[in-house]
Amino acid sequence: MTVFIIRRLLQAALVVLMMSFVVFAGVFLVGDPVDILVADDADQAEREQVIREMGLDKPFIVQYGIFLKNGLNGDLGESFVFDEPAVGLILERMPATIELATVSLLIAVVLGIPLGVWAGLKPEAWSSRAIITGSIFGFSLPTFWVGIMMILLFAVILGWLPSTGRGDVGYVLGIPTSLVSWKGFSHIVLPAVNLALFNLALVIRLARAGAREVMHQDYIKFARAKGLSQSRIVLIHVMKNIMIPVVTVLGLEFGGLLAFSVVTETVFAWPGMGKLLIDSINLLDRPVIVAYLMIIVLLFVVINLVVDVLYSVLDPRVRLQDVKA
Amino acid sequence: MSVIPEDLEPLVEKAVSKPVDTPLRRFVSDYTENSIAVLGFIVIVVITVLAILAPWIAPTNPYDLATVSIMDSRLAPGEQMMSGMTAYLGTDGSGRDMVSAMLYGLRISLSVGAGSGVIALAIGVIVGLVAAYFGGRTDAVIMRIVDMQLSFPAILVALVLLVTLGKGIDKTIIALVVVQWAYYARTIRATALVERQKEYIESAVCLALSKNRIMLRHLLPNCMAPIIVVGTMQVASAISLEATLSFLGLGMPETEPSLGRLIANGFEYIMSGRYWISIYPGIALLVTIVSINLVGDRLRDVLNPRLQR
Repeated sequence: MTVFIIRRLLQAALVVLMMSFVVFAGVFLVGDPVDILVADDADQAEREQVIREMGLDKPFIVQYGIFLKNGLNGDLGESFVFDEPAVGLILERMPATIELATVSLLIAVVLGIPLGVWAGLKPEAWSSRAIITGSIFGFSLPTFWVGIMMILLFAVILGWLPSTGRGDVGYVLGIPTSLVSWKGFSHIVLPAVNLALFNLALVIRLARAGAREVMHQDYIKFARAKGLSQSRIVLIHVMKNIMIPVVTVLGLEFGGLLAFSVVTETVFAWPGMGKLLIDSINLLDRPVIVAYLMIIVLLFVVINLVVDVLYSVLDPRVRLQDVKA
Repeated sequence: MSVIPEDLEPLVEKAVSKPVDTPLRRFVSDYTENSIAVLGFIVIVVITVLAILAPWIAPTNPYDLATVSIMDSRLAPGEQMMSGMTAYLGTDGSGRDMVSAMLYGLRISLSVGAGSGVIALAIGVIVGLVAAYFGGRTDAVIMRIVDMQLSFPAILVALVLLVTLGKGIDKTIIALVVVQWAYYARTIRATALVERQKEYIESAVCLALSKNRIMLRHLLPNCMAPIIVVGTMQVASAISLEATLSFLGLGMPETEPSLGRLIANGFEYIMSGRYWISIYPGIALLVTIVSINLVGDRLRDVLNPRLQR
């Protein structure tokens, strides 16, 4: 187990290093930040001064080295717009995004697993067909369009739920959250459901496929022969075996949720990091863009690592294979 | 016929008189068993024709600033425009007739989706074939890159690219190609790895055919089925992704609005109940994506050798 974790940690560090290079090269070499920073009527001397101050006259590798060194110290530059450290700006918005992603993940699991298992146990029932057809729509409809339709229906036509912002924010253990008051909660419903749709469809598919496969296994037949009740078979024996793919995929999808929250946050004006990214792109605030990308990469690597480790705990075969190889 | 022994003659005749079972015909009859998939295919054909013919069948030219009048802005569906023409689906915020704007938008969305799909397919196919055919270190390096890219969500990669590249149809296509090629490469590698073990490749190698010839003329044709399925699905997701990016203000520029940009333009009017600016382009987008997915789903069933009867 220790060998396995150490190996994965080294791999993760390598990926972060490579991605930092890609992000740095992409954002800093393709565009010239000086054009944005210097006024249009600046003369050559002023331009050169800015270039020197920012260290842009140094060779690329040296610039990258400085970027890495500062990055390791948690400094990814200052926002051009807010004049604040970019990392701080993003960390400030992160709880809102994580809250949104967590709530939508919960919605996907709590609704998706029962629906999927039902569809897997009774594949011919009309309700199962309806569930599967619904999941096809969940996959193929663009998130932003569904979000707009939800706003039109629930906020404009019916007027049941608010469609923008985060509402009242309460504090639990010092972390701001919308979940403590009804008003805050009503703000998170629409965006969370919108963000959950894709994963809901995914969980339904996985749970259905898992249930159909597991039901034919010998150990289920054996459990039946032992005289266990149907509910015990489904809730314990089937569930346990469905959970492996669900945990893996959802773990990986949590990163996807954080990335896709860019869209949902823009539609619902949810003040998270995704909206900050879009705002920064529109304002050409490069340090914030770079910082966002680096933080997202880091998050992704951590999530992949955690999923790998969890997976090896749930399914010992994976671990053994990896150590042997 | 004289060469064939007499007792075999009826059998030969039977074989000759039954040309029905060509692979193409079997494919068509398998496909048409599902009427919804047929409907999906018809819808795609109609949409494609509409998109191609847009400049000739659209009532107005939405890019021609001389004819677009701000006086016509935000007309409800069915109201008359200044020119006396009826705007059957209303007009948008700058006075463009929605029918025309949608036809042109469809044209852009489809060409970006299909164009990026074809280029990504070509790159992915070559990379995947090379990985599968040469194996070893080449394969390991290529697949490591593919895995790394696929561990990041498509939208994030596309966002990064468009932030650095800027707006424009060419840049959008580049971003979508970069996002998609890895899916094709992975698919074709998986198929080609299986095909590579078969005897016909071995015999081609023994005949000392060139590597290019073996890869393109022997390996590739036998890997087509999964490529077609993944390709169909990828075009749908490319159209959807382009719409999402345009909605976020990246991707296509304001002067050439795709469906996603039209929806974004209408979004600001949604709160005041002017639903038509967002809804109708949205429905067009939806119908396109869902039909392509329906066709792709059916193709997957029909072309899947495991389900073949």
